[in-house]
Amino acid sequence: MDSQLYNYWLVILLMMTGLYALIARGNLIRKIIGLNIFQVSVFMLYISAGFIREGAAPILSPNVDVYSNPLPHVLILTAIVVSVATTALGLALVIRIKAAFGSIDDDTLSYSSGDSATELSIKTQKSSQ
Amino acid sequence: MIAQHAQILVVILPLLCAPLVLLLGKSRIAVWFTVGVLSVNALLTWWLLLQVLTIGTLRYSLGNWPAPWGIEYRLDPLGALLQVMIASIAAVMAPFLRKLLAEEIGSSRQYAALVAFILLTAGLLGIVATGDAFNVFVFLEISSLSTYALIAIADKRDALLASFRYLIVGTIGATFFLIGIGLVYILTGTLNMDDLAVRLPEVSHTNTTQIALIFVTIGIAIKAAIWPLHAWLIPCYSYAPRGIVAFLAALSTKVALYALARFLFGVFPLADMPIGSVLLEILQLLAIAAMLIGSAAAIAHSNVRAVLAYSSVAQIGYITLGLALATSAGVTAAIIHMFNHAFIKGSLFMCIAILATGSGKHTLESLKGLGHRMPIVGIALLIGGFSLVGVPLTSGFISKWFLITALVQAEKWIWIVAVLLSSVMSIIYVWKIVEAVFDKSDDKQVRSYDLSVDIPIVLLAAVSLYIGINSSALVSTAEQASKWLLGMP
Repeated sequence: MDSQLYNYWLVILLMMTGLYALIARGNLIRKIIGLNIFQVSVFMLYISAGFIREGAAPILSPNVDVYSNPLPHVLILTAIVVSVATTALGLALVIRIKAAFGSIDDDTLSYSSGDSATELSIKTQKSSQ
Repeated sequence: MIAQHAQILVVILPLLCAPLVLLLGKSRIAVWFTVGVLSVNALLTWWLLLQVLTIGTLRYSLGNWPAPWGIEYRLDPLGALLQVMIASIAAVMAPFLRKLLAEEIGSSRQYAALVAFILLTAGLLGIVATGDAFNVFVFLEISSLSTYALIAIADKRDALLASFRYLIVGTIGATFFLIGIGLVYILTGTLNMDDLAVRLPEVSHTNTTQIALIFVTIGIAIKAAIWPLHAWLIPCYSYAPRGIVAFLAALSTKVALYALARFLFGVFPLADMPIGSVLLEILQLLAIAAMLIGSAAAIAHSNVRAVLAYSSVAQIGYITLGLALATSAGVTAAIIHMFNHAFIKGSLFMCIAILATGSGKHTLESLKGLGHRMPIVGIALLIGGFSLVGVPLTSGFISKWFLITALVQAEKWIWIVAVLLSSVMSIIYVWKIVEAVFDKSDDKQVRSYDLSVDIPIVLLAAVSLYIGINSSALVSTAEQASKWLLGMP
């Protein structure tokens, strides 16, 4: 096994850790953490791909022939912004779920009335609070 | 100058409009400003469609950096048709949303919903406009993030939960898509879709390409709610604000299906890939399952929004089946149904939203006899329902006709039985709704009209009728689009 590829193994390890946390954990905050670990693994995949053996930092210089690829970093900068926005929105939702349900454990959360008369039951809950 | 930059303006206009509406805040101008911008945008997309149909695919290099180094926007017949659909429905629905949002969300948060709605429109238009694979991911996330916010904005507890669960599943889907794009980028060093289509055949037999295709397909399938990845859709359509659902049901899954078509036929060399034909067969099986299980579940439910949501799962099955046939006729049928279903489901959810305004409930029981009180909405609902079933002289009939013709050509006889069976089931669930809405026992004989909601509903229903009677323009555009998509001269 080429030792240069170890970061790809790390990517797979992180990816599985993230997905496991997403699926196995009931706590919504832990789900968001799992989602973040999962996304970070993909960021690492891209950035690892930008590495070129014996490549220098991509700054134009007369003594250098081989440069690393700067494009994946730039792409991932965008993906990080997306990820931050997703995390922020997710956390905001968790705060409001906590206020509305009194719990952030996914196993105890369920839609209030199944199939019928949904909105009515919400109104009664609001008035009883 | 506008003509030269029209392609990018279609995306930029709503993106610029969003922060301006935020600044305008609660003033009344905000809504009409939005309506104005979206209408101009819709006119631009119509003009672009005419351009594409006369002079062919349009290309635009962002910042004058030539492709494949710069980001390229590319508008082909399929993209132009879908842009017309997105921009027109957005422009028509904006005045409709004004009334519903004020009622459901309250005027204090109405402008925030409006901003998210405009961003969603921009995201959907962007997915269609771009010719760059990574750009698709970014626009996919812009539209998804605004969708999560829109679902949760009404502050109802079920909607919060639906939004959170959709956020988790949707982000997994987008990240899968990102992995797939990353893998093809590592293989080819390019992100431009046309350039990928040129370079991927060289590596079509490598494992990496197969895995990239699987990741991209699963990622988009989650967003498109292809069975069995549809679970997020049901609570979202059942609990999100009523007006918002009409827009989501009309457009968001269709645009994801467009992205699927684009990647399956316009990027990956499916015919040369070992798993290519297997993947298409799996997609066909999933589509059949979606049609049958979706329709059966729609019959079983009594909440009208859940019925329509499961019906959407089934209808997405029709579109997926057409695409997965990968023949010219199949893809044409898929494109026609993509377009028709957007108008049908949009108008149906709008009708239900208006009918449920008084009671706030969506059970069959609560809708009883309302069709007599609001005759215009009732008739539009009837047209939408007939279209969903595929009654002749409605657009749904055209869709089914082309789909069945395509299946006959491909000699998929069992699939035809499944399509017909699902259509029969759709009669049952549509009849359930129509029967309740036009129930005689509760005829209060009070007629109410509200032009700001009736006009959008009538417009959408009229499109269904018009296409049912004169479909030649849509069909010829769809045929051109499918030829282009499959790379036929």
